[in-house]
Amino acid sequence: MKECDAIVINIKDNVAIALSNLNEGQIIEVLLEGKVRKIKLRDNIKFLHKLALQNFDIGEKILKYGNVIGAAAKKIKTGDHVHTQNMKSLRG
Amino acid sequence: MDLYGYKRENGEIGFRNHILVIPSVSCANRVAVGIAEQIKEVISVQTQSGCALVGDDRELFKRTLVGYATNPNVAGVLVVGLGCETFSAESIAEEINKTRDLVDWIEIQQSGGSGKSIKKGCEKVREIIIQTAKYKREKVDLDELVLGLQCGGSDPASGITANAALGVATEKIVNNGGTAIMAETPEAIGAEHILAEQASTPEVKEKIINIVQRYEGNMKKIGLDLSEGQPARGNKEAGLTTIEEKSLGCINKLGTAPLQEVLEYAEKPSQKGGIFMDTPGFDNYSLTGLVSGGIQVMVFTTGKGSPCGTHIVPVIKVSSNTELYKKMKDDIDINAGTIIEGKEDKYTVGQKIYEKIINVANGEKTKPEINKESLFGIWRKLPSV
Repeated sequence: MKECDAIVINIKDNVAIALSNLNEGQIIEVLLEGKVRKIKLRDNIKFLHKLALQNFDIGEKILKYGNVIGAAAKKIKTGDHVHTQNMKSLRG
Repeated sequence: MDLYGYKRENGEIGFRNHILVIPSVSCANRVAVGIAEQIKEVISVQTQSGCALVGDDRELFKRTLVGYATNPNVAGVLVVGLGCETFSAESIAEEINKTRDLVDWIEIQQSGGSGKSIKKGCEKVREIIIQTAKYKREKVDLDELVLGLQCGGSDPASGITANAALGVATEKIVNNGGTAIMAETPEAIGAEHILAEQASTPEVKEKIINIVQRYEGNMKKIGLDLSEGQPARGNKEAGLTTIEEKSLGCINKLGTAPLQEVLEYAEKPSQKGGIFMDTPGFDNYSLTGLVSGGIQVMVFTTGKGSPCGTHIVPVIKVSSNTELYKKMKDDIDINAGTIIEGKEDKYTVGQKIYEKIINVANGEKTKPEINKESLFGIWRKLPSV
């Protein structure tokens, strides 16, 4: 698994998981459908935390494991840290 | 790999031969502990319940207590009561005696107080211990295995390392004809549609969706915000944002095993194979419910680092990341963090977990077992009165 800076668990996912602590401004490599994609990080991303693979409008669904894990609570840009500050649950 | 277990009189197989002292109410805890202090072989649990129980909590308490005492890893049991609690020690012992021979009881008020009860309890326990020698390990079929699946202190690696590898081990056990019980209903919220797809019948499919939505609905009814408690603080610090994200990782413990039955809390399964039991995510309650449901061995995955185990069921602790394994080596049995490092895959680690389950069933000790880790708690759903 550890060949890139971040992994995408399922091909439908629109977030990746950091495989180490990554830094704002770093250009990372993410393996997506067999191809390496370069993304510039807009935040520090801690080990195992999520980073956005696309832009999200408010309310747009966030996918991990090929399934919905929540929605954007604020506008999110590619390379942003995705977590409690900009993402909300759709359950509970 | 061969399996060797203790055959109980009701046909169930145990993989430990424990002597249990169990209180029928929290007021009897100190006497139960006092007996265990005097006779080192004895395991005592302490309950926070047993009195002022209302509604469904009454049946739930009795079912859990009796289920725990009749777990097949228990060879003999002494019930310690006070004398005025909801269910007397005698009535609990009678229930246990329906399926098990080696059971006795004492009552503190009848015996003349705590000191005399400890003495009387020790006398009875000595007799029980001598009789448990009748149980000897014999070769048993692999389909006798009933495994508990648990996670605690999950991190975002858990779903893709430890839980994924455990799912591989679960599939092996179920393919052998054995049983694997998963619990923690809140940690299926957001993933229940996947469990529903694995249901073996339309009834099971309906039931799994119902119990997950029932849990969610009950929170809403009393105006509680699930996200306050799930994911927990540690889960969020590690990077899990929502309950859906946590659940999708948690359910990987079951692998692709078809779901044969959905149980209420502390019910014993009537089927073999993949099972789901309704419990909270709070580990005291989920572990206890699973033990009362008859599991013999448990695999417990963790990302942040839970040292916990249970008194009478050996718990195999699996770390989701290598940093945790190095930090808490005294508490962790197997490291699945190698998966995210690209050094192993879920099949290799899954095979390690499977072999460990068989070895532990055959008597090998786990770290939580050696450390005498012991969570116990009977779920109390309704208000105290």
